[in-house]
Amino acid sequence: MAKTKERADKRAGGKHPGGQSGERTDRNGAGRAGDPEHLVELYRRMVLVRNFEKACQRSFRQGKIGGYLHLYTGEEAVAAGFLSAFRRGDRVITSYRDHAHALLLGCEPGAVMAELYGRRDGLVRGKGGSMHLFAVDRGLWGGYGIVGGHIPLGVGFAYALRYQGTDHICQLYLGDGAMQTGAFHEAANLAGLWGADGRCPVVFIVENNQYGMGTSVGRETAMTDLAAKFGAYGIDHEKVDGMDLGAVLDCAERVTRRVRESGRPYAVEAMTYRLASHGAADPEKYRSKEEVDSWRDRDPLVLLEHRLRGAGAVDDAAVQEIAGGAQKEVAAAVEFADASEPPPIEDLYADVYAGADEYLGKPPELTDEEGR
Amino acid sequence: MAEVKTYREALREALVGELDRDENVVLIGEDIGVYGGTHLITDGLYDRYGQHRVIDTPISEGGFVGAAIGMAMTGLRPVVEVMTWNFSFLAADQIIQNAAKVRYFSGGQVKVPLVIRGPNGGGVQLSAQHTHSLESFYGHFPGLKVVAPVTPDDAKGMMLTAIRDDNCVIFLEAGALYGTKGEVTEGDNAVPFGQARIAREGGDVTLVSYGRQVALCLTAAERLAEDGIEAEVIDLRSLRPLDEETVVASVRKTHRAVAVQEQWRWFGVASEVAAIIQDRAFDDLDAPVERVSGAEVPAPYARNLEIAAFPNADQVVTAARRVLYRKEG
Repeated sequence: MAKTKERADKRAGGKHPGGQSGERTDRNGAGRAGDPEHLVELYRRMVLVRNFEKACQRSFRQGKIGGYLHLYTGEEAVAAGFLSAFRRGDRVITSYRDHAHALLLGCEPGAVMAELYGRRDGLVRGKGGSMHLFAVDRGLWGGYGIVGGHIPLGVGFAYALRYQGTDHICQLYLGDGAMQTGAFHEAANLAGLWGADGRCPVVFIVENNQYGMGTSVGRETAMTDLAAKFGAYGIDHEKVDGMDLGAVLDCAERVTRRVRESGRPYAVEAMTYRLASHGAADPEKYRSKEEVDSWRDRDPLVLLEHRLRGAGAVDDAAVQEIAGGAQKEVAAAVEFADASEPPPIEDLYADVYAGADEYLGKPPELTDEEGR
Repeated sequence: MAEVKTYREALREALVGELDRDENVVLIGEDIGVYGGTHLITDGLYDRYGQHRVIDTPISEGGFVGAAIGMAMTGLRPVVEVMTWNFSFLAADQIIQNAAKVRYFSGGQVKVPLVIRGPNGGGVQLSAQHTHSLESFYGHFPGLKVVAPVTPDDAKGMMLTAIRDDNCVIFLEAGALYGTKGEVTEGDNAVPFGQARIAREGGDVTLVSYGRQVALCLTAAERLAEDGIEAEVIDLRSLRPLDEETVVASVRKTHRAVAVQEQWRWFGVASEVAAIIQDRAFDDLDAPVERVSGAEVPAPYARNLEIAAFPNADQVVTAARRVLYRKEG
């Protein structure tokens, strides 16, 4: 613990990429960031996410989880901070690194894990797996598997929400890699255009974890100031230290209020780091152990714990209680997923189409006379 | 009651009807508003419904089709114009990866009531990049519906159905026929999907087609009639869902079939029709099913080459005679 504290001390005052925050003139949003009770609650949720992802890794190795598996480890403060500013009726859309968003929006860990296990009690009844978590009743409008492909959808959500006369907004999460796709640039252009007269309330939240798979941002683009790219489309933007929950909270409350009131899009580049590998089968040849270790010093959980201890909001016992509680909750989720049945085979053809045509995709059964 | 109108006017009438009926209906596309629409389908609608319902977009198919999918998921009923279907490849990721599948991979939590419409097929000397018939391309993907009306009456009736459908409908218009006229039913003539139309009755051979090629089959049928051969012409109208019953019932009657399509032969709708017939009416067949298709080349520009690249009535007549084992008359 002492060593961790020392590291946190060293790094908290040190140079880090997200250090230069944007405008800070509006301080009204700082209230929740300064509320120790709220911070402890968010710490609890972030610890849950961290433990959940660890369990996913274990289950993947045991062969219980199939397909691809992308973990949010190291990036927890970004989603935790922004989803703290989520209001009922808002929409969240993200890429395939989506477990944290589901958990932080209040989805049952058991239902999320059951989805990863491909079971009938899964969040989307075993149809999507890790990359396609949806809980529209909680505001989660999907994880999507094609890098950048979800960005135009989020812009469409925002247009429609304003068209319908609501003050809801869309929180659109995307990675640094997605910013190099055509889909991003086309969607950002539309958001800027529609937002110019207040008809596109979307917050672009760039989870800049420094790598698109194994390619560093500097090898993705010559223009590594990702926030500034939004300027090309008339969208105001700033950077935030995505490892510092307090900074993210402050930014999120201010930015979401601004977007809600104005109907104009806004972009935040959260500087963060993926402490886990890209997928579960990633040899990590593209980065050094030293680099990863240096970011571990700025682990958002370590920074937050340090801050909470400093403020007297938690002590050893509280930290242990939170860790134990998360472990227990995750163990229960794994147990729930394990016990859940696979989806019924009749579900194969369900939900290809909406409405009366639900089973339209099912081929007709041939009669004896017809089929030989 | 019916009035004679062009295919273009019939489409516009359906759009106006639904824009008036349902505030959730919005139109989106390149130059559909101030400009009036490249093919004038949406002419005048910008002034009538305003910029927030008739939304002009930049040249950005992936972006605005994707945004329209997001709008549809939020409860709007967008009708997207792709200026021509040739440009839809730029939006194919959005159409295939999102519109067609998001309901399924969300476990049924969302729906996508979206129409994507525009002219399909060739015949007006636009050469290789601007000439495609994309029915089998889009028809391949579960989750999409694909329709291709050929008469003005069906253009209106199927557009009404498309806009009211809770799924993504690929609406392939017969672009070369925008100016052709026909009787259009007054009021609500919504045409259900998955029901073929018998364009001409006959007992000797079944010609199965859709879109612009239906006209070709009718011409061929007239010529066959001169030799005493009565062809039944089936206009599929809807390709996904596809009305297997009407095709099979006709073949049970005629015992012979020719499937006609403008698109390339391989992996096309005509192949699917032939497979369905041999699955379900093999014992009724008196001859193998013939296919008439476009030439396996990118569409050429020169008029004579273009004509040679698409099916013509002669080829349909020849194929019909072959399945009837009748020599040229």
